[in-house]
Amino acid sequence: MAIEILMPALSPTMEEGKLSTWLVKEGDTIVSGDVLCEIETDKATMEVESIDEGVIGKILIEAGTEGVLVNSVIAILLMDGEDASAMDDIKPQAAAPVAAAEPEAADAPAAPVIEVPQSDEIPEGTTFKQQTVREALRDAMAEEMRNEENIFIMGEEVAEYQGAYKVTQGLLEEFGAKRVIDTPITEHGFAGLGVGAAFGGLKPVIEFMTFNFAMQAIDHIINSAAKTLYMSGGQMGCPIVFRGPNGAASRVGAQHSQDYTAWYANIPGLKVVSPYSAEDAKGLLKAAMRDPNPVVFLENELLYGVTMDVPEIEDFVLPIGKAKIERAGTDVTIVSHSMGVKLALDAAEILAEQGISAEVVNLRTIRPLDTETIVESVKKTGRMVTVEEGWVRCGLGAELTAVVMDGAFDYLDAPVARVTSKDVPLPYAANLEKLALPNANDVVAAARKTCYAD
Amino acid sequence: MAARAAPRKKTTKKSKVSGKIANFSESEEMKAYYDMLLIRRFEEKAGQLYGMGQIGGFCHLYIGQEAVVTGINMALTEGDQSITAYRDHAHMLAVGLDPKGIMAELTGREGGLSKGKGGSMHMFSREKHFYGGHGIVGAQVSIGTGLAFSNKFNGNGSVCITYMGDGASNQGQVYESFNMAKLWNLPIVYIIENNQYAMGTAIARASSQTDFSQRGVSFNIPGQKIDGMDVRAVYAAAEEAVKYARENGPIILEMMTYRYRGHSMSDPAKYRSKDEVQRMRAEHDPIDQVKMRILEGGLATEDDLKDMDKKIRAIVTESADYAVNCPEPDASELWTDVLIES
Ligand SMILES: Cc1ncc(C[n+]2csc(CCOP(=O)(O)OP(=O)(O)O)c2C)c(N)n1
Ligand SMILES: [Mg+2]
Repeated sequence: MAIEILMPALSPTMEEGKLSTWLVKEGDTIVSGDVLCEIETDKATMEVESIDEGVIGKILIEAGTEGVLVNSVIAILLMDGEDASAMDDIKPQAAAPVAAAEPEAADAPAAPVIEVPQSDEIPEGTTFKQQTVREALRDAMAEEMRNEENIFIMGEEVAEYQGAYKVTQGLLEEFGAKRVIDTPITEHGFAGLGVGAAFGGLKPVIEFMTFNFAMQAIDHIINSAAKTLYMSGGQMGCPIVFRGPNGAASRVGAQHSQDYTAWYANIPGLKVVSPYSAEDAKGLLKAAMRDPNPVVFLENELLYGVTMDVPEIEDFVLPIGKAKIERAGTDVTIVSHSMGVKLALDAAEILAEQGISAEVVNLRTIRPLDTETIVESVKKTGRMVTVEEGWVRCGLGAELTAVVMDGAFDYLDAPVARVTSKDVPLPYAANLEKLALPNANDVVAAARKTCYAD
Repeated sequence: MAARAAPRKKTTKKSKVSGKIANFSESEEMKAYYDMLLIRRFEEKAGQLYGMGQIGGFCHLYIGQEAVVTGINMALTEGDQSITAYRDHAHMLAVGLDPKGIMAELTGREGGLSKGKGGSMHMFSREKHFYGGHGIVGAQVSIGTGLAFSNKFNGNGSVCITYMGDGASNQGQVYESFNMAKLWNLPIVYIIENNQYAMGTAIARASSQTDFSQRGVSFNIPGQKIDGMDVRAVYAAAEEAVKYARENGPIILEMMTYRYRGHSMSDPAKYRSKDEVQRMRAEHDPIDQVKMRILEGGLATEDDLKDMDKKIRAIVTESADYAVNCPEPDASELWTDVLIES
């Protein structure tokens, strides 16, 4: 059988090229490795080598021809003992398409179900204890560590210093230096190490002193932790929690105050959780530590010291991906997370005095987003205000707005209003910082606007 | 499996602290004393203002480390740049910036070096070739290397002094920078201010190689360990290193130093003993060392030094008054300086 020599694709984007010169002629005997011709791609001139042995029977494309399609036959090679008759049934043909067949689209499957309680209902008669968010987080870690020996906590000052913000208080004492580990200031290194340890079967909790410093490590959070499961065809799961305070603290300036919610929420392969209350903190951190996926857990330094109710339920775990109605209302839906929930609740209180009934949705999880709860609420109220500490452009509010466009467009009585930080790096000066960050009055004003109340 | 670093045997030979001490003239001795005392009094005042709620956020004091920036700046010439992290007030005083502008930045007022918008960790001065003031540990090292790159590019003969802490020197970008600095022989002096701790972490708990002067070995960058509590030793080393960097390329100076105060104002510093701090203060205080020489050498009397202290306190008090009474930035400043309008 004579062999067809095809126009090769010599770059990932090449679809056609110029066959510039032939270095062999009909009748030449060639061995594998001989250079047959030169072709010009969009990027370079390349030599085409033969991988077969034989005699050039026919050259089908003349030197100097432009636009030769990839995979079209450019010459015929006769094998040992064959003569020209072997080429009789070979006709120059149009190139076969290079591109793979149009892929058939499939719908994204529903988010996988994880093995934590699917209900966030707190049973009647449950008693509560008063705890700070800080203590709730610590208890969540301690409880999970007691149950699962493969969990370790690593980060700057997490062990001997008891945490830069004292969230890991007492953990070194209880679990020892093998499982509560102080690192050097090497975020990129220990985030990557955490990913490797997770691949190796451990369950790391990587604490960033604040998420501002996770920018040093974001390559591992996204390229290594979030994408590897997919890239390995489902083999290489990465059960890891990246946690720490996110967003503005108090007067620590532009480099220490950023809200990264929208950044991480953009990434498929990550779960992004952002608790507001002590109850959220406890139940969601436990869920995050049980989740087989990388979870970015965004805490808030200003909430650490706030005391709230935590249900006294043994093994209290909340489902990731479910929002909570913090306050029911009928006139406008205020959607937020973390510190923003506090602003929303304060605003709802003020609005109530003004005769406007606001429903406050605490997202709890940003990715996967509980679109159902948001949409159902907006269908009821016909109005939505989003509240976040991040910047407005391509922020969480934009996403929530799109969710409502998709799910409740016909129910809207007013355009969605977004409350965000001002579109500037966070200033240090006390007065400017106040102006830059969102506050409850901003939320009130936005809600009134959607209600056409002024 | 990771485990907490235990005190380990050193496999490498420890570098000796360089014994080279500059012979200070009378005026150099007096200048070093003045400059260091100004830093100390300034920092004490900053600590006080923080306690009064006039300074917010973080505030990292340099008390104990004064000899480092003072000795180094005595060896610089006009045009040489410097860059450091967040423990930066002293670096700015040492390059000659007005204490008022620094203090007013600490209080977040319009008269601050960054108009109140940067805060204590983020201050800059083009005029004095001071490039910050960086809040992200290690970031200043790559940026400083870039300043040195620009010096070489422009052929301006300037050297960039790039300060980092012992903790910072474990960041990956430090080594990426070392490699490029040597590859292109950039005029840079890396100063590792080894004050023994990164927040609450003693060096041996975070560093496999605690001899920081040797951190450049695999890049062929020479390094020296210097007594950073003796301003004459700092000056002698800096003078040589700056000359070396100007002519040859990168060099590392590890400054053995100590901070007396906590990492920042909210650090109770329980990770070290009171004794340890007391011993450093009593036996190695950089300012006392000079004072003793001044008195013993008869360069000035006790009364002269008291007068000097009074003058310095007056300058510092004036800066504090200014910083507290200066108005906050105008609300319109919120929107300025985000981009350069074109
Ligand atoms: C990338 C990054 N990680 C963590 C921090 C938090 N942090 C601020 S200072 C510091 C310790 C730095 O110690 P060192 O470099 O020795 O400098 P020193 O404070 O002793 O001057 C840490 C961990 C930060 N600012 N940036
Ligand atoms: Mg240090």
